[in-house]
Amino acid sequence: MTRDGDNVERIQLAHGGGGRMTAELIESVILPALGGGDAATLADAAAVDVRGQAAMTTDTYVVQPLEFPGGDIGTLAVAGTVNDLAVFGAVPRALSLGLVIEEGLETALLRRVLESAGRAAADAGVAVVTGDTKVVPRGAVDKLVVNTTGVGEIHPGAQLGFDAVGEGDKIVVSGALGEHGLAVMACREALGLSAELDSDCGSVAPLALGLIERLGDAVRFMRDPTRGGLAATAVELARGTGRDVALDEAAIPVNPTARAAAEMLGLDLLTVANEGKLVAVVGAEAAEQARAVLTEQPAGAHAAVIGTVRERAEMPVVEMTTLAGGRRIVQMPYGEELPRIC
Amino acid sequence: MTSMVSTTRRSTAAICENIHKLVGTCSSAASPGDGATRRVRIMEVCGTHTMAIARGGLRSLLPETLRLISGPGCPVCVTDQDYIDRAIALARRDDVIVATYGDMVRVPGRGGSLAEARAAGATVEVVYAAERAVDLARCHPQRQVVFLAVGFETTTPATALALRKARDAGVENFSVLTAHKLIIPAMRHLLAAGDVPIDAFLCPGHVSVILGWRAYEPLADGFARPCVVAGFETAQIVLGVEAICRQLADGRAAEENVYPAVTADGNHTAQALLDEVFRPADAAWRGLGVIPASGLVLRDAWGDFDAAGRFELPDADALPDVPELAHCRCGDVISGRCRPRDCGLFARRCTPSDPVGPCMVSSEGACAAAFKYERRS
Repeated sequence: MTRDGDNVERIQLAHGGGGRMTAELIESVILPALGGGDAATLADAAAVDVRGQAAMTTDTYVVQPLEFPGGDIGTLAVAGTVNDLAVFGAVPRALSLGLVIEEGLETALLRRVLESAGRAAADAGVAVVTGDTKVVPRGAVDKLVVNTTGVGEIHPGAQLGFDAVGEGDKIVVSGALGEHGLAVMACREALGLSAELDSDCGSVAPLALGLIERLGDAVRFMRDPTRGGLAATAVELARGTGRDVALDEAAIPVNPTARAAAEMLGLDLLTVANEGKLVAVVGAEAAEQARAVLTEQPAGAHAAVIGTVRERAEMPVVEMTTLAGGRRIVQMPYGEELPRIC
Repeated sequence: MTSMVSTTRRSTAAICENIHKLVGTCSSAASPGDGATRRVRIMEVCGTHTMAIARGGLRSLLPETLRLISGPGCPVCVTDQDYIDRAIALARRDDVIVATYGDMVRVPGRGGSLAEARAAGATVEVVYAAERAVDLARCHPQRQVVFLAVGFETTTPATALALRKARDAGVENFSVLTAHKLIIPAMRHLLAAGDVPIDAFLCPGHVSVILGWRAYEPLADGFARPCVVAGFETAQIVLGVEAICRQLADGRAAEENVYPAVTADGNHTAQALLDEVFRPADAAWRGLGVIPASGLVLRDAWGDFDAAGRFELPDADALPDVPELAHCRCGDVISGRCRPRDCGLFARRCTPSDPVGPCMVSSEGACAAAFKYERRS
């Protein structure tokens, strides 16, 4: 690999040229990190075995910094796509991974995030079966852009959708809110928090598929509340079902460090991004069982029943009973949430 | 890793119950009226209180005859139009990077917002701390970094520390465009103007950590209005409102504190720091006009760091008036003359995604709070 003046291995434009340097990068960095494979056998496409109906999703990942407490862009790119499949009721079967690398990126950093991606894929029981690498001149992208596409097999027991949701159904969340968004912001801005705050970045597939396995069609709807947080998911649920949604703030699990960081920045925890949380709507009679099923896994240890789907409404709203016992409306967050001044 | 315990809810409920009892016996200096129509009007001065009240759904817990009015304590909201226009003009210069707290980016001026200027090629960097702007200047020695120094006594010490850091490290390409403000002169101005009925002030927690709660004595004595300092937790806010109602019920008006973080005399170190770097000066407030000795400008010893001296800034009068801004009632909102929903633009032409006025932009703004937490459609 090429070293520059400061004796640090860096990615060069030629690594994306499709020639010998590209092959070297794939063989020495990419394939080992993603769990092996023989460069000589790489074909233009990969075959994927899927029984029944397949689900497919894609997402492109950019995050600054690339590595943050609790994860990095590699974990994020795999977990994010795996999660999109899982909350759709699909068992992840195969992933593609595309890289757009800025010329000059440290090779060691690329290797670290790809190793994270490899570990995350192994944890989720899914293989990266195809990929692509491009290198662009300095300044054309910010260090690294990762795209992953996932193919999954829809679980035969999954009966999910807004249509399946009815009055009285309960809303369950798998753990505390806002850890990803605040961990990244705290790291970016050196907030000096009193305690460590790690991103929750990780797969929710075992949680989501566990619920379907155990509760069957009592599971009505699932979502991973990423950008826009629980607020966006709850508002989408209200709009999608045409029903009012009631949340109970006292029941929502909160990480005290995340709460402190949110207060410092003037952000509403409900609107901050999560990358490893599951929101599920389940039949009222199954709510307690759903919570119990989630708490069997470490990622769901703090699961809680946090709300109820209400009657149909012409203009459905999400209303939350606050800690103080007051009532307030929860809105779809708008664009970029900006930290306050004081 | 749990949610708040339920005792918070119980004690808040108990306090609110007491407020309901007290309000029935309150006498109102500002709006005497007859019993049936009389309202108790409490101005929460600080934007963080405004947001916490809306987020906690507190209005639904308080008596209908008690009205909480938002005051001039949201730094973005009170920042004068001309200041935004000058900041945008600076950002458009090729040799300048404007560093700012996030809230300021989307406030529309007559010539667009900083966000629009950024989209058109201007360099605007959002920082979460003033000292980061100094770091930015170090990283870009070939550019000038101008920090938009906005905010009350809580944020001004951070600007002062950033200036010290720049001076000590010899960072010559750093400067500040100051619009720092003092909260008490604005409160006095509102009472002296007399057209807005205010029975009492719920005084800001963070600002009072610096100033000390005794700083409100001249207001409480001079205008016979209770001034109670409270923190930002829901329980703190209702405790503060309860203390105000108790004073009103007893016919008293005094400065009082329910926030354990605040002392009588405040933080002397911070006060000394402010005095070292800044001196009071007349300042223009959106909606309130020019209030004597209500702003802070750099002392002469720090004049080298004043962006207003370093750059030629445009004459604000040269900019065209924007018709929409003429209908914006942010000035009335922050002076308690109207509620957000009384403005004709609220939630129609003016929304958080496409704001007309600063009260809708700022995360501390009364309009944003009402839009986010109290609007049903």
